[in-house]
Amino acid sequence: MFDLEAILNTIAPELLLAAAGLLGVTIGALIGDRFNSLSFKVGALVLFAAAALAVLYWPGGRAFDGLVETSSFANFAKVVSFICAGITLLMAEGFLRQHDTLRYEYSLLVIFAALGMGIILSSSNFMTLYLGIETLSLSSYVLASFHRDSPRSAEAGLKYFVLGALASGLLLYGMSLVYGFSGSTSYEVVAEAEASIGFMFGMVLMITGLAFKVSAAPMHVWTPDVYEGSPSPVVAFFATAPKMASMVVFAIVMFTAFPQAMAFENWQVIIGIIAAASMLIGAFGALPQANLKRLLGYSSIANMGYALVAVAAGVQYGAGSLLIFMTAYVIASLGLFGGVLSMRREGGMVENIDELAGLIRRQPGLATALTVLLVSVSGFPLAFGFLGKLAVLEAGWTAGLMPLIIILVISSVIAMYYYLRIVKIMWFDEQTADFEPVDFWVTGTVYVTALVSVALLIFVSPFSELAASVAAGLVS
Amino acid sequence: MDFPILSAVTFIPLAGAILILLVKMLTGAQIRPDGTEDERVVYAGIMFSVATFVMSIVMFLSFDLSGTGYQLVEEVEWFSGIKYKMGIDGMSLLLILLTTLLTPIALIASIGSIKHRLTEYIVSFLVLETFMIGVFCALDLVVFYVFFEAGLIPMFIIIGVWGGVDRIYASFKFFLYTLLGSLFMLAAVVYMYLTAGTSDVVQLEQFEFAKGAQTWLWLAFFASFAVKLPMWPVHTWLPDAHVQAPTGGSVILAGILLKMGGYGFLRFSLPMFPDASVLFQPFVFTISVIAIVYASLVAWRQTDMKKLIAYSSVAHMGFVTLGIFSFTEYGVQGAIFQMLSHGLISGALFLIVGVVYDRMHTREISAYGGLVHRMPVYATLFMLFTMANVGLPGTSGFVGEILTMVGAYQASTWAAAGAALGVIFSAVYMLTLYRRTVFGKITNPEVETIEDVNLKELICLIPLAIGTILFGILPNLIFDITRESSLHALAQMAGG
Repeated sequence: MFDLEAILNTIAPELLLAAAGLLGVTIGALIGDRFNSLSFKVGALVLFAAAALAVLYWPGGRAFDGLVETSSFANFAKVVSFICAGITLLMAEGFLRQHDTLRYEYSLLVIFAALGMGIILSSSNFMTLYLGIETLSLSSYVLASFHRDSPRSAEAGLKYFVLGALASGLLLYGMSLVYGFSGSTSYEVVAEAEASIGFMFGMVLMITGLAFKVSAAPMHVWTPDVYEGSPSPVVAFFATAPKMASMVVFAIVMFTAFPQAMAFENWQVIIGIIAAASMLIGAFGALPQANLKRLLGYSSIANMGYALVAVAAGVQYGAGSLLIFMTAYVIASLGLFGGVLSMRREGGMVENIDELAGLIRRQPGLATALTVLLVSVSGFPLAFGFLGKLAVLEAGWTAGLMPLIIILVISSVIAMYYYLRIVKIMWFDEQTADFEPVDFWVTGTVYVTALVSVALLIFVSPFSELAASVAAGLVS
Repeated sequence: MDFPILSAVTFIPLAGAILILLVKMLTGAQIRPDGTEDERVVYAGIMFSVATFVMSIVMFLSFDLSGTGYQLVEEVEWFSGIKYKMGIDGMSLLLILLTTLLTPIALIASIGSIKHRLTEYIVSFLVLETFMIGVFCALDLVVFYVFFEAGLIPMFIIIGVWGGVDRIYASFKFFLYTLLGSLFMLAAVVYMYLTAGTSDVVQLEQFEFAKGAQTWLWLAFFASFAVKLPMWPVHTWLPDAHVQAPTGGSVILAGILLKMGGYGFLRFSLPMFPDASVLFQPFVFTISVIAIVYASLVAWRQTDMKKLIAYSSVAHMGFVTLGIFSFTEYGVQGAIFQMLSHGLISGALFLIVGVVYDRMHTREISAYGGLVHRMPVYATLFMLFTMANVGLPGTSGFVGEILTMVGAYQASTWAAAGAALGVIFSAVYMLTLYRRTVFGKITNPEVETIEDVNLKELICLIPLAIGTILFGILPNLIFDITRESSLHALAQMAGG
């Protein structure tokens, strides 16, 4: 019954994260504040080790009577998410020290959130899925309000919590309906069930709940508010690791639990509408924004819309494209969110877009790297993001989703406008105040992600083959 | 594998740009208290662009003029069947030579007139050169698209940083107009790749798309190329961009970026969508003639010298589309010739405007008058390029216009008649410009002390003047190079 090898194959990284998290709590309780600084470096190491374990136990397995099952598709997302989480941890230290909130709980919360991501990616049963989502969400709520003395941060946490709880409720209700009509919570059994009306109802409610997690319209309203209020490193974290994990889980649930022809027809339409709404709301919503964090929030809504086009294309066409797009997006976002949001000038953090004025003169290297990242996020053909968007376009086209393609093209042009506006302010506008030097880890991340974005544009071949083979595993 | 000469030509400027940036980073910024920079960096930039020019001459020498098809082909697998494939024929060869000639000229023209953020200026130009050459070399649709789009960013920065008063508005307009067109092309590229199973240009030429699909694909490509060319009514970004761009930027914009549209029609639209091209011939003829007549009339009423030349560019590009869509050997040869000739002439005219702008800091025609008394050499050169732009026999402008009109005449008498009207108008606005700036009495006291062209400006203008006259007298120099590629495009049309 207790097959250690199968367990390790399936959830080795999660075991490490759980153990490290619990150990961290213990150490923190024993030595208190002395653990604060150390915990960030160690935490990042643990997350990188978890990513390494996911690679080591490739391609995954199945354990606990099918409660957890790791495909290579999920493993791919795990590796990317864990690495992102680790890097955001490294970037967070300097910021939190400046704001006098450098506490070891932060790194533990990120580790627990990563544990949640691992669990949802490995789940093949609604119960494990729900447990994982709650682990991830509860850690996120606390992270959002980590600056507990700042009313805005507390507000962000509360807002996130209330809305998140509602979404979780919808998700749970959907799961119970699906369970009631199919007789099981296991993806495999649900996939075989007849797609009756009640079953569909449950499925739609589940889609609503999952859409909240990836901040897709119309469940997106929390995103700009939470991004605005949360501490900057937390925003960089929210925009990358959990987005990657949740989006891939969204796809896995749709692809493996609801593959019946009738269900597919329905959820393709629903997700198509969600994708279209996200692309348009993300593009238009960002236009009037003056606050940098809100703008980036809308930008991530639009990008989730693009990713959902790949989901709507179905498992056969969309799975590989989704991985390429999401990886390109999180690589660029990591540097972009991390870099832009930790910029300081005389008199405090850079909060509005205008305050980036003249960055090129003070820090030409950093400004150029940020420009590359903006170019990548916008999908313009100078960086990896272009290939991500190309993959999504290809998926949408083969699946025959013509209206989505047109909306994608239009919203890309609109989005280009506000990305360009940031470039314009950094390059063309006169500097109004002096910038302070940026933390070593943040600068490093910005440079590395920019380089990786350009390098992957050129040497994409091994990567795209990997994504294709991983996706092929999901089809069979 | 042979020496990858096309990649060498393409990437020397980029390598130079990176090197300049590295040197600047290592030695630290040498910005003087007044905000200006050490001018030696310009010479480094000129050196790299001249090296590129020399390399492109080597490329020209290793090109077999009598050969057919694409030559000097390089192929490396990129990802999932898309290849990094480079190769040239006569048409792309000429446009590459034009690019590598105009870039050093644009850089030389910037000595002294660009003072702030010089390094970034040089780097932007070198990066832009790489992308422009890449556009003309690429033999894979996706690679082509990447180069085609990527060029927008350096141009956006060139206009936005070193441009005139309204530079931000102009740079945004330029960027978003072009991008919107291009994204439709991207959608078409994806469709073609999925339908034909390849994005290789040579194989796509052989592939026959269904007639209905061709219509849509043609329109998607047209959206992109028409904006780039630019054709009426999507030309409105051009006057703004030109007026605001620095002189060097205008030279590149008019000289090379506009040619990408015409190149795209000949390389992709005609051979790949022959049925749709025939279907849309009357449409293209109509808007080409409207462009020629309308833009000429608008040019006549301009008070800004650069704007006048910008509108004249729109009119002259109308001849290019007219020639291409006549589907005759005369027309196509004439269109390619017109692209080259317009590259030389409009580049020279923007330099000519730049010469007086550097001295007087205004482009208003009314601020000038009587320049001939103070600047005889300038007046002579200006006269030459004015005549070339009008299409005086003996200059290259004449050959391009007469051939495209002959081609158009074979296809549609009315179109040719309309275009001929444009030739008359071009004489009207160009001579008006010349008369009001160069002749007459000196009215503006500042003109009293203006100085004639200096050595730097002569170095820029003389090669263009030689080219204009040489190709005007011996057009066969060009036709021998482009004959194979124009016949190839037409054969594809007939056979496809």
